[in-house]
Amino acid sequence: MPEIKVTPLGAGQDVGRSCILVSIGGKNIMLDCGMHMGYNDDRRFPDFSYITQNGRLTEFLDCVIISHFHLDHCGALPYMSEMVGYDGPIYMTHPTKAICPILLEDFRKITVDKKGETNFFTSQMIKDCMKKVVPLNLHQTVQVDDELEIKAYYAGHVLGAAMVQIKVGSESVVYTGDYNMTPDRHLGAAWIDKCRPDILISESTYATTIRDSKRCRERDFLKKVHETVERGGKVLIPVFALGRAQELCILLETFWERMNLKAPIYFSTGLTEKANHYYKLFITWTNQKIRKTFVQRNMFEFKHIKAFDRSYADNPGPMVVFATPGMLHAGQSLQIFKKWAGNEKNMVIMPGYCVQGTVGHKLLSGQKKLEMEGRTTLEVKLQVEYMSFSAHADAKGIMQLIRMAEPRNVMLVHGEAKKMEFLKDKIEQEFTGISCFMPANGETTTIPTNPSVPVDISLNLLKREAAFGGPLPDPKKPRTMHGTLIMKDSSLRLVSPEQALKELDLNEHQLRFTCRVQLQDPYSDTDTLSRVYNHLKSVLKGYTVQHLPDGTVMVESIVLKVSSSAEDPNTKVVLLSWSYQVTPGCTIQGSQLPH
Amino acid sequence: SSYKYKFRLEKVPAKKLRLTKPSKSAALHVDLCKASSPTDALQYLLQFARKPVEADSVEGVVRILLEHYYKETDSSVRLKIASLLGLLSKTQGFTPDCIVDDVINTLNSERSHQVLAQLLDTLLVIGTQVPESLNMRHRLIDVACKHLTDTYFGVRNKCLQLFGCLGSVDKPLPRESEGGGTGMAAKDVQSIISDYFGDQDPRVRTAAIKAMLQLHERGMKLQQIIYNQACKLLSDDYEQVRSAAVQMVWVLSQLYPESIVPIPSSNEKIRLVDDSFGKICHMVSDGSWVVRVQAAKLLGSMQQVSPHFLEQTLDKKLMSDLRRKRTAHERAKELYSSGEFSSGRKWADDAPKEKVDTTAVNLIDSGACGAFVHGLEDEMYEVRIAAVEALCALAQSSPSFAEKCLDFLVDMFNDEIEEVRLQSIHVLRQISTHITLREDQLDTVLAVLEDSSRDIREALHELLCYTNVSTKECIQLALLELLKNLTKYPTDRNSVWKCLKFLGSRHPTLVLPIVPELLSTHPYFDTPEPDMDDPAYIAVLVLVFNAAKSCPTMTALFSDHTFRHYAYLRDSLSHLVPPLRLPGRKLTSAPEASGLASSVESAQNFLKESLTRVCSVQQLDAPGAQSLLEFTIRDLQRLGELQTELAGTADFCATYLHCQLLLMKALQDKLWSVAVPLYLKQNAMVSGAAAQVLEETYKLEFLYSGLESRQIASIHHVRLQAKALQLVLLARTRRGVEPLLSACEKFLHEVDAFQRLFVTELPHFQDSFVDKLLDIMPRLAGSKPADLVKILQTTLRHSCFPQLKLPEQIRRATAAIIEPTGESDNPLRFTSGLVVALDVDATLEHVQDPQTTVKVQVLYPDGQSHVIQPKPADFRKPGPGRHRLITQVYLSHSAWTEPCQIDVKLLLAYSSSTSRSLGPRSAWNESTEGPTPLESTIEGTIPLSKPVKVFIMPKPARR
Repeated sequence: MPEIKVTPLGAGQDVGRSCILVSIGGKNIMLDCGMHMGYNDDRRFPDFSYITQNGRLTEFLDCVIISHFHLDHCGALPYMSEMVGYDGPIYMTHPTKAICPILLEDFRKITVDKKGETNFFTSQMIKDCMKKVVPLNLHQTVQVDDELEIKAYYAGHVLGAAMVQIKVGSESVVYTGDYNMTPDRHLGAAWIDKCRPDILISESTYATTIRDSKRCRERDFLKKVHETVERGGKVLIPVFALGRAQELCILLETFWERMNLKAPIYFSTGLTEKANHYYKLFITWTNQKIRKTFVQRNMFEFKHIKAFDRSYADNPGPMVVFATPGMLHAGQSLQIFKKWAGNEKNMVIMPGYCVQGTVGHKLLSGQKKLEMEGRTTLEVKLQVEYMSFSAHADAKGIMQLIRMAEPRNVMLVHGEAKKMEFLKDKIEQEFTGISCFMPANGETTTIPTNPSVPVDISLNLLKREAAFGGPLPDPKKPRTMHGTLIMKDSSLRLVSPEQALKELDLNEHQLRFTCRVQLQDPYSDTDTLSRVYNHLKSVLKGYTVQHLPDGTVMVESIVLKVSSSAEDPNTKVVLLSWSYQVTPGCTIQGSQLPH
Repeated sequence: SSYKYKFRLEKVPAKKLRLTKPSKSAALHVDLCKASSPTDALQYLLQFARKPVEADSVEGVVRILLEHYYKETDSSVRLKIASLLGLLSKTQGFTPDCIVDDVINTLNSERSHQVLAQLLDTLLVIGTQVPESLNMRHRLIDVACKHLTDTYFGVRNKCLQLFGCLGSVDKPLPRESEGGGTGMAAKDVQSIISDYFGDQDPRVRTAAIKAMLQLHERGMKLQQIIYNQACKLLSDDYEQVRSAAVQMVWVLSQLYPESIVPIPSSNEKIRLVDDSFGKICHMVSDGSWVVRVQAAKLLGSMQQVSPHFLEQTLDKKLMSDLRRKRTAHERAKELYSSGEFSSGRKWADDAPKEKVDTTAVNLIDSGACGAFVHGLEDEMYEVRIAAVEALCALAQSSPSFAEKCLDFLVDMFNDEIEEVRLQSIHVLRQISTHITLREDQLDTVLAVLEDSSRDIREALHELLCYTNVSTKECIQLALLELLKNLTKYPTDRNSVWKCLKFLGSRHPTLVLPIVPELLSTHPYFDTPEPDMDDPAYIAVLVLVFNAAKSCPTMTALFSDHTFRHYAYLRDSLSHLVPPLRLPGRKLTSAPEASGLASSVESAQNFLKESLTRVCSVQQLDAPGAQSLLEFTIRDLQRLGELQTELAGTADFCATYLHCQLLLMKALQDKLWSVAVPLYLKQNAMVSGAAAQVLEETYKLEFLYSGLESRQIASIHHVRLQAKALQLVLLARTRRGVEPLLSACEKFLHEVDAFQRLFVTELPHFQDSFVDKLLDIMPRLAGSKPADLVKILQTTLRHSCFPQLKLPEQIRRATAAIIEPTGESDNPLRFTSGLVVALDVDATLEHVQDPQTTVKVQVLYPDGQSHVIQPKPADFRKPGPGRHRLITQVYLSHSAWTEPCQIDVKLLLAYSSSTSRSLGPRSAWNESTEGPTPLESTIEGTIPLSKPVKVFIMPKPARR
């Protein structure tokens, strides 16, 4: 029985370190190759020794596919390809290919330069790794080899995020990566066609959440910023460099434009500037509005948003500043926060969750006095707001994607076990016939498949059969047909028997069945025969009964011959012979000849 | 002249002779015979298809084509011939039933599927050309039945199309003639078509559904049994099928709204319209946006749906980590009702509350749940707009739903696409009669007042005019934001004032308690008198005065200067400030609240009476008639000023009578009996009058809307008279026969044209000028110009003018330029030779099709004039009968030494297809830019607005 095997090396009942192995139709594919944010030891990267204890991975993997540029999906890539060793193709979309090395380099710098780790991949390794990357376009079917093909679908989430369909023959797997079913200010919604994969591997970060409309959140955000700016206050928005930051920028930029506001908006430089450049380039990957208007004006060419300089923080008057990092634990955002915290006119907006122990977390939990390094305390007078802008599909979104793709099985990854449990129940309950899996890391799920086997049929045979029983083949009713199946090499062909004989160079043999019936009849052989003939003629009306000159009687294709038995001349032996195809209804009832 | 005229008439049969020449078919025949290869033949056919064929020779051409068809072995040529047959049968004046047999015959012998499909298409064309022939329809349907089982999808498609377009609507098909005895013999069209809902080819499935919809459109009642099939098609793999299926489900829901259908996998049953509503709602989250748009649009028209289902569409159970969460809308409402609004949000106030029962959460709900929530959040703005429009339609029929969808519409004010924002504002205005805005909602609405788009702001002002609010704080808030708007965008002045006018008159009781604060009066101290020219202060006063109109106690709170300001504003901005009953003063205007309707009625009566009185004018002697006309005109003009409802009608009558008066004056003069040279001055007067009458008739015809054929005939009649007058004058002043000859001919043409145009109206013109002329028309056509002129002269003088019959309502097109105001003393400076853009903002009332007719004229002090055609996109339509023109006019001129004023005004361009006028051309045509009018049409312009003066100063370029 053919089957598909899926083994998560990371992201099984967990968030982070996405890495999933798929075996399908004899091919092995690695989906994503991420790192875990929570660990600093070996657990940071997936356990590649699962694939092979020693030696390179190249011979075990047919290809690696990276869904998007977030580090928990691509962070281990240089480690895998350069340090463990993999030389096969790595597939990712164009924007991912462009932005991924920037993030990897940043990640490397922080780990090696700041934390002083050794035995880590180098800049050169990142470059070498990127040389192995083959870029993908949306909806482009890429043939990895003769049998394995992959196709990318739009996933929303971040610029260049893709879902991939992996197909070998008629077996297929869809891996979603991270995706978002509701459009935002800069990206569209994920979309897939009814591809009916054997298994859909879906993320499930928000398996137990149904979100409110995006518009309320946007409006709240804008209103707060606007009010503060009107009061003359300063707004600090700590962000991570990529993704949400661009969305918020667009949001503020268009709002400033619409409302004719004059207060300056700054963006702390560095990573973001580089990334913004790519956002400008990959317009086709953004949402409808940006795609349609970029001819007049590229939305990422911000008019109101300028690069930030350290000295601006002390400028009087209102301003809005985006600064990294997002959790206020270090760097520029923290510096600015310290300067502005004392004024109740100011505001800080936290646009995401904050890890415990960071300044951001303390702020959100309502602390009014913060202890800083050097035993100083900082009194927090400014307003603290929290705003959630997340780009993962919620429970409804996941269900919607399942409905769109109509898979036979679903596998949940990239989420917490408890939440998955809920969603798994829901999926099995609401979609009849879909079974759902949620393997832990290292646990293999095997899904039996029922691949259809394509057979070539000769045109002549098809036409002959079509002419035989009605004008159109009815797709709903199966029909039997006569033919010969020839299996040669790896091809299957259905041809007519004559042609098969010819091709195989065989002689045709006819199979006939014979049967002897004894009759007590005193007449001579020829008389008996004519008596039989006459009788049959009278009984079998509607059938052709012939008396042939060579002393046989033919009833349709059945041959009758009469001879006397050696012992008793009165006992006549009637020889019946027919081919294996007997026309139904033509059985001769054993009737007595009239005496 | 007469000879020439007759000659023209005889030219018509000559034309026919030329037509009967079989040149076309003969040429084609030769071409096709010459063709050596299929490619050649195809080329000839392609060339042939480019030229039109006359109706008479179509049949010949068809025969030749068919002849060639039978001989042709190449299927592409046969295909082209088949398509040509279809094209030819569409020729005007050709009845294609004679070629049906031939086409059906060709069908029987055709082997190529593509050609077969094309032939069926030809039959479809023929069938739709002759829709009334039942016999032919049956034959075509028989043909379709026979080919329905073809293996090629195109043939099946066409057969289904034939069914849809020609299938008998009334009864099952009579099929006794057919010997084939296939299973479908006894079936009716619908079940034949519905068999193909399950076809293997998606294109055929689509065609089947479309055929069914076509039958529905043609008036056949679809059977309810196909409902289940249609619902199954909603989950088809192909978007075209789904899209058609959505329509089909919708049609059935409209046909059988009250039938009861079972819910699968349960014992319950629901109404069909509810069931289908749920199913269409489900399609709002379809994978294809085309289907989503369609579904969202159709939802709007399903008004019979139960309220329970309707309200589900806005429902989305929120959940966070398996805990129930309230939506932002619910939170806002709660905060508001607990009096905590504007306290700002606390961290985690959206924290999830109670634990959700996991079994109760339904993630993909049966149908309606949250359909609009999804639709309004869709990626494609087409879907969002469709959803907004559907919301509007549903909310208008259900007040409770209107209340519920308010929050969602307000959210849409923040959409990224301006079109969507604008549309949601408009929608909110349309449903605003059902709703009262809460303070927090109003706050969100008002935030949009800062939008930099003028359209958005004005739409919002319009919305505020119709909005009900609940508290005095709301009024304060609205006033505050509007004043802010006024300072940020001073050009919005008029719009803001108007908005406050309605706000005040809608909420007098809410305004009352805040009047002292608004006017900053103090019980003991005198406060300084505010600046009367401050637009913000005027805005406040407009609000207060309009509220005071229905709240008499309010005036007691006014201080002295308020009364003075009232008097001033009542005078200068009378459209914004209502008459008030002030203590110790008389009302400034007649009471209009009481018996408004009756006053309109009496005015109408007065108008009618005046017209009948005028009718008797013929009986009076000339001076008496004249003075009667003068009086009546004056009365009508005054009436128009007093009764705005009747302004158009009164104005129209006055202008018409003025024409009559002018004609009368021109004709009664004694000059007609005296030798010409002595009365040059008189002559000038008469020609002036004639020209003026002509001009007025164009105004009458094109400036007023709501005219019926009868009034137009009257106008043309007057114009004819004026032209006759001009002709007479011409005969008296000009020497030489040539010009007169052609003028006479032209005039007779016009009389003829009048007769043709207004045949039905002629009975109303008994005894009139034209009636008399038509009586003696044969004689006129034969007479010499001099005689003609003589006849005209007497007829003019001795005919009475027809009574003017009034239609229901006549509206006069008007326009007012709001911007530029003409008040600026600062000249617009620019370098000569270069251009400067002048913003023009104008309102147009009752102008039909302003995109093509309204133009802007710029008149420079040196007499140069330019006419500018604004872009179609510059016209907006804020309400019925109203248009707004916001455009930029580019000015340029060579250098001046002093700043000078230019005139800017709007023109209404007209063009009629009657013959060219002899009257004066308007300024537009004299300008350098005016296009030369066509020979047979007059194009001219009528000034539509008062000119506005703009100070400009082109300076010489500095080197």
